[in-house]
Amino acid sequence: MKPTTVLQLLPWPIALAPLGWLGIRFANGALGANPIEAVIRELGQSALWLLLATLAVSPLRRRLGWPPLAVLRRPLGLLTCGYALLHLGAYGGLDQAFFWPAIAADLTKRPFMTLGLAALLLMLPLAATSPRAVARRLGATAWRRLHRLVHPIALLALLHHYWLIKADYRPALVETAVLTLLWGERLVHGVAHWRNRVARMEFTR
Amino acid sequence: MLIGTPAEIPARDITPEGVYRQRRRFIGAGVASLLAALGLGLPSLALARTPTGRILDYRKPGAFPSDEESNSYDDITGYSNFYELGSGKSDPQANAKALQTDPWSLVIEGEVKRPVTLALEDLLSPHAAHPLEERIYRLRCVEAWSMVIPWVGFPLGRLLKRLEPTSRARYVVFQSILDPERLPGQKSRLLPWPYQEALRLDEALHPLTLLAVGLYGRVLPNENGAPIRLVVPWKYGFKSIKSIVRIRLVTERPHTTWNRHAPQEYGFFANVDPAVDHPRWSQSRERRIGEFLKRPTLPYNGYEQQVAPLYRGMDPTALR
Repeated sequence: MKPTTVLQLLPWPIALAPLGWLGIRFANGALGANPIEAVIRELGQSALWLLLATLAVSPLRRRLGWPPLAVLRRPLGLLTCGYALLHLGAYGGLDQAFFWPAIAADLTKRPFMTLGLAALLLMLPLAATSPRAVARRLGATAWRRLHRLVHPIALLALLHHYWLIKADYRPALVETAVLTLLWGERLVHGVAHWRNRVARMEFTR
Repeated sequence: MLIGTPAEIPARDITPEGVYRQRRRFIGAGVASLLAALGLGLPSLALARTPTGRILDYRKPGAFPSDEESNSYDDITGYSNFYELGSGKSDPQANAKALQTDPWSLVIEGEVKRPVTLALEDLLSPHAAHPLEERIYRLRCVEAWSMVIPWVGFPLGRLLKRLEPTSRARYVVFQSILDPERLPGQKSRLLPWPYQEALRLDEALHPLTLLAVGLYGRVLPNENGAPIRLVVPWKYGFKSIKSIVRIRLVTERPHTTWNRHAPQEYGFFANVDPAVDHPRWSQSRERRIGEFLKRPTLPYNGYEQQVAPLYRGMDPTALR
């Protein structure tokens, strides 16, 4: 197998292991007194960390100077979307038992629920344009522009987390620090890139 | 075309709730045995804890008897909000050892003619002034879950009346232990410590209001607020302050911890009310721990008949 193929397959077993572990504990009654809450929280937490991992690929690729890392983005992005869908599904199916009036009221009346739903809805076009054939038909520029949506998605997801906290903000602060670091790298890279272009333009003039 | 009102569902087609829940349990057991057959069953993951702690001498049943099924000892001790011991639901049990309950003293002072300091033993052994009895109460958390808990304790009012509140006494303030050296949640300053709660004097004197020193017949485990805690069953759980070291009768309405932290989310009265939503979630239904389907939340957590007279003539929006 080519190294890039291995790299591309690697996230699947790693990222799906927590799901298996969650399933085993759920079936064995080992998730405490409120297993439904535990399932929803763990799925959401996994989705958020996978989202941050997806966002970490490009900065790492640049800092390590190893372009093949880019192939990690697709599996990590798809896994993020999968966990987010399961997170919403667990809320609708397990917590609310598909009681639509309550679900509709939650999603429209509670800002933190609305933000979470918005993040998930924005993820869907990214997942849908993930197959190579679709991406090719879309064209590289349009694809890249569309996939910049990952940044507002990350912001929405983080706010979604903050808004449900009662007093202990520490886990969300760690996530914020990571996101800030990743955005900071992009900013630094963007500025350097822009300076290079300006310098080159002046040189050719 | 015939347009008619939809026929009512005949009673025989509606699954009784008990049967439904049994089915759920059956399905759960099925899933577990399927996993076991696949070699994935790990019974050691979910070991039940045996209750420990000193057995109390108490009257059973006490006042306000209930035939509701109590939650298991595991559920009650493994799932609680006790931020002094950490913010996660299982943190209090994991960090229980950090709470030192012996020696303990409870000071009752302020607008009373006979202030008193009670030692742990005064609280735990049956006393003519406050004989212990069982009280099986529903506990409704502001987070929309609930449990049924067999407390052992005595009515707070009985103790307070013996100390003769003065005519200036209007409110009763309670304070929890302050021990930032040992308690992990106080080390990291999750809330302004010590935890403080308060009741209006008439609420404190109500016969439902309990000072609990035990559950399931034994002394309170640390994670549930040992050695002595308040239980006010018609209010959201955060009012039922744990590990009390000080009770003070005062004239002015005092501040309370969660109310100060987020006044729009946690009111001073905090009476359970399905009609008034928490700003971030609905309060109309609740998950009884151990059940799959949510059940409707009752006004005053089902104690309306006993306590509604306390609030007659008051603006209902002020009772959040």
